[in-house]
Amino acid sequence: MDVITFTLNGKEVVYDGSAADRLLEVLRDTYDMKSVKCGCKEGECGACAVLLDGLLVNSCCVAVGAVDGSKVMTVEGFRETPQFAVLSAAFADLSAVQCGFCIPGMVLAAQAVLSQNPHPTEDEVREGLSGNLCRCTGYNAIINAVLNASKEGEGLW
Amino acid sequence: MKAISQSIRKKDHDPKIEGRSRYLADYNFTDSGKEILCGKLLRSRYAKAKVLSVKLPELPEGYLYVDRGDIPGDNNVNIVLDDTPVFARETVEYIGEPIGMLVGADEKEVERLLGEIEVEYEELEPVTDLRKADHAFFNYEFGHGDVEKAFAEADKVYEEEFRTGYQEQAYLEVQGMMAEPEEDGKMYVHGSLQCPYYVHGALARALGTGPDGIHIFQDVTGGGFGGKEDYPSILGCQVAVAAHKAQAPVRCVFDRREDMEFTPKRHPSICKYKMAVKDGRVTAVDCDVIFDAGAYSTLSAVVLQRGIIAAPGVYDIPNVHVTGRALKTNTVPCGAYRGFGAPQTFFAVETMMNHIAQDMGEDTIRFKEKHLVKQGDKTSTNGKYHFPVPLPAMLDEVDGLAQLRKKHEEYSKPQTGRCRRGMGLSVYFHGAGFTGSGERDIIKATAKLHKYADGTVEVLASNADIGQGVRTTFPKIVAHELNLPVEKVYYNHPDTARVPDSGPTVASRSLMTVGELLRRAAIKLRDIWVEGEEQEVEEHYKEPDFMIPFYLDRFEGDAYPTYAWGVNAVEVEVDTYTGLAKILGAYASFDVGTPVDYNIVMGQMDGGFLQGLGYASIEKMDYDSKGRIRNNSFTDYLIPTALDVPNLKVTLHVEEYPDGPYGAKGAGELPLVGAAPAYVEAIEQAIGRKLNHAPFNAEDVIAALEEK
Repeated sequence: MDVITFTLNGKEVVYDGSAADRLLEVLRDTYDMKSVKCGCKEGECGACAVLLDGLLVNSCCVAVGAVDGSKVMTVEGFRETPQFAVLSAAFADLSAVQCGFCIPGMVLAAQAVLSQNPHPTEDEVREGLSGNLCRCTGYNAIINAVLNASKEGEGLW
Repeated sequence: MKAISQSIRKKDHDPKIEGRSRYLADYNFTDSGKEILCGKLLRSRYAKAKVLSVKLPELPEGYLYVDRGDIPGDNNVNIVLDDTPVFARETVEYIGEPIGMLVGADEKEVERLLGEIEVEYEELEPVTDLRKADHAFFNYEFGHGDVEKAFAEADKVYEEEFRTGYQEQAYLEVQGMMAEPEEDGKMYVHGSLQCPYYVHGALARALGTGPDGIHIFQDVTGGGFGGKEDYPSILGCQVAVAAHKAQAPVRCVFDRREDMEFTPKRHPSICKYKMAVKDGRVTAVDCDVIFDAGAYSTLSAVVLQRGIIAAPGVYDIPNVHVTGRALKTNTVPCGAYRGFGAPQTFFAVETMMNHIAQDMGEDTIRFKEKHLVKQGDKTSTNGKYHFPVPLPAMLDEVDGLAQLRKKHEEYSKPQTGRCRRGMGLSVYFHGAGFTGSGERDIIKATAKLHKYADGTVEVLASNADIGQGVRTTFPKIVAHELNLPVEKVYYNHPDTARVPDSGPTVASRSLMTVGELLRRAAIKLRDIWVEGEEQEVEEHYKEPDFMIPFYLDRFEGDAYPTYAWGVNAVEVEVDTYTGLAKILGAYASFDVGTPVDYNIVMGQMDGGFLQGLGYASIEKMDYDSKGRIRNNSFTDYLIPTALDVPNLKVTLHVEEYPDGPYGAKGAGELPLVGAAPAYVEAIEQAIGRKLNHAPFNAEDVIAALEEK
């Protein structure tokens, strides 16, 4: 494999570095996707989570070679969607954003949950967001915001 | 609800959720377009050793090394005492202590070169057992009444020892600082931090420039919880020394393991309590509080002060004697973490009260209730509870949420079966604002409002929004007084070149103390407001008239103007086969006065409460006999996920504080403080054992069940 080609936020990109490079670093350093945060670099915190073909992955644990031919979405792309607008409004209504560092990953986790299951129970939302650590909120506001978004965004997911 | 309590959209909501906020690691270049060099710390391998030599590999062009020989000013980081060095002195005092910093353009190359540095050490004997530590950085003693007489006359005297462990702040954004030499010879230092003027004071000293030679800016900060109170001063000095030598911008951002292992955390403690009981009442308490300070004193003085002042809890005990020591061990220095010494002593006193009640065959809740302090009572330091103490009403509120009394009684009966339940309670306060006279004598806060000709108003203060929302609540207060839409008032991240010193972002003081200064400044501005003109007003801190002056030398007087109050209940189900405890419900009533923004305050309450539950249960970190912390990742040091708790049930009880804005008191720390005693009591009920340490995790449950 000479180059790695993937779709980043709807645009095809060609990466000519090593296939072993960490997706997290490729996204941040090569494509300037600074919404993708580095919280631990070992797949524990979810701050670097992105959507890979619609599924939530920790980009720190993905080699860029593995995304060849795939679609990668970060908040830079997701923020242009109607689903984001609903989630952002729901988070805002409950002031669910505190320090903000976990939030891009958390919002993508919420999108992953709702796209699989548009009407989740609280337990299902908790399960779906459990790979994303937040130290500020105690999760109440975030979980409630996702549940509210699933109602407000009826039909979007 | 008051109008001021109505929630508004947080001013930083959009940039944060859209991923546009720029945290320190997100700078590609400096704002002046310069390349940023990467700095990495050379750290000690030993807990105590003499550093005989540091042999560098050949460094490529543009790469350099700095250590204590490169510090233009003083090799002391200005914190409380002068013992914390910027870079290690002749000896290293803990594993991970920074000896020097290697700097260069390419991060991987810096890492490679760092690995090739050879350090020759002469190992010395470290102290890595708190019980054998004999050097006290701080040693305090106070009390009132006649403890000896009360013990002599007691029906029964109880003695017990309580232990608590480390707690890591685990902010999602790791520590990071950057220094940029500027054209005019000044040094510009910025990063993830809580207290711009603390960093300012430290830099002025380490660089020897005086206050005008530097300025400090707080970048968007991904959480602090106390962990970025003192540490950014240390890291800020290190990157600035490197930037000074390189004459180029230098940034150092830790990786998670480095951050967890080598930055401050909550002090482990050993608290020995002795209580006298006469005619069914506690008549005396004598406690000896030991905090593990680590290798340097950093903030231990103030953490210990708050801890020991809270040592008798919320109970009216006529005879009190307290001693407290912060002891040196050859381990990472401990520092500030939300609660600041109080979680340790409240764990001890609450658990002690439970054990006494149980021994007397009394219900622990009723036993606590009959000892509660009331308005007008004396505090542990001979100050006064000037304002109503709403704890009885709050207990009823929590009873309503949790069915506390009913379940507590039910679970107190012996249980059998694999899964057993328990309900625990804690009752506590958090002193609002700085301890003692710090606000009046040391901080002397100043805040300003600047009105522009177009009628917009800028808040000028040095308090950092680290997630707790002051970029929203400060403008909200000002807009409220000026009768302006909140869009017309804004508060940027502080730069010490532009803002006065309104004090650090600590001690749950920002909203209560600085918010009140801003409220008064806004009234002043309203009175002189001239349309179309640029105007500025400023306001200075004044201690409230009612306060009994505090004397630190004898711990006498009002340690705090007022108190935030908390009542927590935690219900658990313990699987006696696996030791795992499931939290079935966590309930709280918190009195932080008027919420200046309901959602923001609830966010603080929920978040702090869950940190407290983590501290109580799964957040275990320890050092081994060599002084090394092994739980240095989120794999080995667990913090709660969304799955670990059900929705927290929190209610606010509002007892307005007349000297806080609209009745607001300190809020940020309170919700963490009482979770551990409530949780551990719940485990006690479930497994029918008397417990005395936190965290109490699954292994501890199994160990306790195996004990006869």
